[in-house]
Amino acid sequence: MKFTEKDLQKANEIIARYPADRSKSALLPILHIAQDANGGWLTVEAMDAVAELLKITKIEVYEVASFYSMYNLKPVGKYVFEFCQTGPCNIQGVKDVIKYTEKKLGVKEGEITADGLFSWKRVECLGACGYAPMMQLGEHFKEHLTAEKIDAIIDEYRKKAVALN
Amino acid sequence: MSRKLLIDKAHIAGIETFEVYRKEGGYQAAEKALKTMTPDEVTEEVKKSGLKGRGGAGFPMGMKWSFLAKPEGVPRYLVCNADESEPGTFKDRFLMEKVPHIFIEGLIISSYALGANTCYIYIRGEYAWIAKILERTIAEAKANGFLGKNILGKGFDLEIYVHRGAGAYICGEETALLESLEGKRGNPRMKPPFPAVKGLYGCPTVVNNVESLTAVVPIINLGGSEYAKIGTEKSTGTKLISASGNINKPGVYEIELGISVEDFVMSYEYCGGIKNGKKLKACVPGGSSVPILPHDLLFKTAKGDTRLMSYESMSDGGFATGSMIGSGGFIVYDEDQCIVENTYNFTRFYRHESCGQCSPCREGTGWMEKVLHRLDNGNGKIEDIDLLWDIQRKIEGNTICPLGDAAAWPVAAAIRHFREEFEWHVTHPKEAMERNYGLRKNIFVAPASA
Repeated sequence: MKFTEKDLQKANEIIARYPADRSKSALLPILHIAQDANGGWLTVEAMDAVAELLKITKIEVYEVASFYSMYNLKPVGKYVFEFCQTGPCNIQGVKDVIKYTEKKLGVKEGEITADGLFSWKRVECLGACGYAPMMQLGEHFKEHLTAEKIDAIIDEYRKKAVALN
Repeated sequence: MSRKLLIDKAHIAGIETFEVYRKEGGYQAAEKALKTMTPDEVTEEVKKSGLKGRGGAGFPMGMKWSFLAKPEGVPRYLVCNADESEPGTFKDRFLMEKVPHIFIEGLIISSYALGANTCYIYIRGEYAWIAKILERTIAEAKANGFLGKNILGKGFDLEIYVHRGAGAYICGEETALLESLEGKRGNPRMKPPFPAVKGLYGCPTVVNNVESLTAVVPIINLGGSEYAKIGTEKSTGTKLISASGNINKPGVYEIELGISVEDFVMSYEYCGGIKNGKKLKACVPGGSSVPILPHDLLFKTAKGDTRLMSYESMSDGGFATGSMIGSGGFIVYDEDQCIVENTYNFTRFYRHESCGQCSPCREGTGWMEKVLHRLDNGNGKIEDIDLLWDIQRKIEGNTICPLGDAAAWPVAAAIRHFREEFEWHVTHPKEAMERNYGLRKNIFVAPASA
């Protein structure tokens, strides 16, 4: 993968926030950019491009990418439902919401729907305990989830995908 | 009505913009500090305020600031911990999202006090939209002369940068956070040296929580001594509590420290009582790491005193009969909730979040998860309960960072207070699976007069 001009410019702005000899500090934010530019997951080529950009070794990128849960090292759907399964979300019935979503989408955790649009996974506490059950969807939090809300969200994002094409 | 100092203006339309915040008296504390006080005078006010760190550990912030090494010619850093990840905690999110300017103002005053010309906000990666709000807020403050070069013509330079993490609870631990900010895995460092001496890039660094640094604004506005009059003698000021679980009104509340726990749970001003007319069973009052309290130790201490929302009252009785106010992540459980399942859930969380450096934590959290899983699923043995007790004791105190303790404490407290419920899961596996909650005798029945 190659960074677009726009992404490169964003990456360089980020690098400038840290002391000149500390550009490795930009690794996490730039991995976010690389993942977004690469369909939501990090290929080895994408990680290698980040290593080259920051002038660090490849292993320094791999060991970081594999440590943090937001980096996907396998393909994901265009839209990923990330259900919080911790404490308060558990007592507010996230298990039922997950069961419903699994049936509705017809794919197991980590699998992608045939149209490539959706996948789902369980994650740990997202900091929305008072608005449980909830999930993260891209840069948004979807809170107070119910079966009806899941239906509406799936419809909305199907339409969004059509509009984008 | 409890006094509010941090989120009192959150309801005002447009308060997230510089214009409205300024009109409402915003940035007056920054002007007062930079124009009329020396950095040491600011630190002195923070010391006088008695403010304890709001991230969870409760260490006096002024004292932490006074440890900062100040060698000539070496840059110092202020790093704000916005990695809010402790289950039950969502207060910093509210603060940053609704009233971002008071937060940035707190960072400006604190950086001035510490002599830091660069401040990084390390925000958890999942709060992506809040990172954008903060970047916009910083740009507005800069455009109005409160950030950048020669702020207010006083020769003080400051840049604030937002740095997004990528999903790791451990990065809330300050040395793991610094590692992560340097572009590495979030493995906590051995201490000493403490960050105050060798922190970010080996330079003297102060790491403080979002709410703690925001509290500097009212401390400067009121003066440290006036601020210290709010709350109780040992728990000064106000605190944000994020309330969740089986209550009528989950959300973020700013309380004056020292109100009664019963008032907080039952009054309409706060949690509004237990949802659906159910009965109270237990509460985790300060984020998932702190000991769970059964209902009979929540409103009253073991000595029979009224339990208060304060550092000292919440920990009255030690871990035997008390808990901690921690991060203010207040999770309430009603009569239908299963303590065994909840303990399993938290333990799975800690196993997932263990960085893996120390074997007691890496292995121990996995063992506890396995044992709790079989107990929760009706496959446990009576000896498993003692086995769990044994494992948690061998984790506590034997790891580089407090994640090991944080994983051990909830297990210990659950067994300490709800042993019968664990036993019931072993002796009644079928019922435990069908009706996955424990013994109903552990519930709070309100007195007839109430």
